[in-house]
Amino acid sequence: MITLGFVYVLAGLTFALFAVLGALDRSNPKRFGNAAFWGLLALSMLGGDYLGDFGNGLLVLALVAIAGTGQIGRAPGGDVPADVQATRAAKHGPFLLLVALIIPAAALAGTFLFKWLPGLADPKQATLISLALGVLIALAVGMARLKPPLLLPAQQGRRLLDAVGWAAILPQMLASLGAVFALAGVGEVVGDLIGTAIPQGSLFGAVLAFGLGMALFTMVMGNAFAAFPVMLAAVGMPLLIKQYGGDPAVVAAIGMLAGFCGTLMTPMAANFNLVPAALLELKNPYGVIKAQIGTALPLLAVNIVFIWLFAF
Amino acid sequence: MLVLIGILIIIAGFVLRFNPLLVIMASALATGLAAGLDIAAIIAAFGKAFNDTRYVSIIWIVLPVIGLLEAYGLQQHARTLIGRMKGATLGRLLTGYLLLRQGMAAVGLTSVAGHAQTVRPLVAPMAEAAAEAANPALTDDQREEVKAHAAATDNIGLFFGEDIFLAIGSILLMKGVLEGYGYQIEPLHFSLWAIPTAIAAFLIHGFRLRRLDRRMAAKTEAAA
Repeated sequence: MITLGFVYVLAGLTFALFAVLGALDRSNPKRFGNAAFWGLLALSMLGGDYLGDFGNGLLVLALVAIAGTGQIGRAPGGDVPADVQATRAAKHGPFLLLVALIIPAAALAGTFLFKWLPGLADPKQATLISLALGVLIALAVGMARLKPPLLLPAQQGRRLLDAVGWAAILPQMLASLGAVFALAGVGEVVGDLIGTAIPQGSLFGAVLAFGLGMALFTMVMGNAFAAFPVMLAAVGMPLLIKQYGGDPAVVAAIGMLAGFCGTLMTPMAANFNLVPAALLELKNPYGVIKAQIGTALPLLAVNIVFIWLFAF
Repeated sequence: MLVLIGILIIIAGFVLRFNPLLVIMASALATGLAAGLDIAAIIAAFGKAFNDTRYVSIIWIVLPVIGLLEAYGLQQHARTLIGRMKGATLGRLLTGYLLLRQGMAAVGLTSVAGHAQTVRPLVAPMAEAAAEAANPALTDDQREEVKAHAAATDNIGLFFGEDIFLAIGSILLMKGVLEGYGYQIEPLHFSLWAIPTAIAAFLIHGFRLRRLDRRMAAKTEAAA
């Protein structure tokens, strides 16, 4: 049976290849920093389960040391010239689009297939496993038809990842920080603070505090999942549900979506907000957040009104 | 109260634009120490969480495929396609993508699209080409704005579609937390109550995309 372990091995080998190619790239003055960074990530993917908790912690410290001292950089240039791309696009265009769509199509098909045929792959991880299989299929199909130099996909993939740089592990780092926050009881402290700050006797005031609290705490944590249990315990359960008799399904469902509005406005949600800015090579790392605020704020107001209208 | 120092460090670190990885590590250490943990325990807790969340970083395995296709001109082809479609304006293109993303997420297909899989190779170049068709003198700042809106549209479509799906993580979390308080609620109820917000998100963001479209077109006339 295919498990997530298979995907980790695939990712580990990919990062290891990036590390080796990076070390050999003499045009990059920071090549050894890059090689060490992707190499450590390869080690984490391939051997993380054997390193022990403290070993993994040391690995993270090493990653942070490399990135924090500015040892990561990208080589200048290396783009395929635009006219060459245009000539190739004219020749291969429709085929390229087809291959690009293999990955989402495989993720889609595999998600259903692995649920119908249990035993082939871990059904809980069906989409991620299908995505990885889609990558392998797309690569095989693309290589067979285009016949590029053998290492071209890895070289181009490495260049794209070097453009993202240390931001590539930012989401994983923030998720881990969330675990330390949970261990230290940060959520309870914030919940108590907000609970004492609410005006008594106003239903709308309580709804407002719940909705804004979900959005704000999500912005701090980068994740509505972390904010939800805290805000529910501080405001949602004692006031909205118990005292005012609100419908728990409405309070929870729309409260969570108020939190998602916060996700749109925070650099802490790195995988949604900072990573795409790096991936699209935007000059402003906060460009995506800037584009989202105009939707997030009115939608937050709508969510607060919806809770007030539908839950009581 | 002392454990909140980690939150202060995060906010200050992001505002002062220190390297975020350093800021996160400093925040984790300060928070752990404030809670009375020793350094080795904090490092081990962070290491365990890092290892448990590796799946977050496996999306990068798509890059060799994207790199290969882009070297052969995928982005140019995406632009050509938009150029051929009559009436494929920036606003219509991104609104269509928004609807598609919301719809797919609503049936649980969240990883089918995304910034690495679809936005960078397809949606962003298409959006740029559509904006360029309406305004050949598109400035670099406008290009940035168009690309940022392509990524923003992907996020908004995902966030305000996925909670309609029954088996998504956030619904299971809500069910679990409410059960802890003694409320037994079927996942379907959470799903149904996500629909009004999904519609509002589509209307609000769709309206903004129309205005983005007009703003780009208005500058063409000013330039002409």
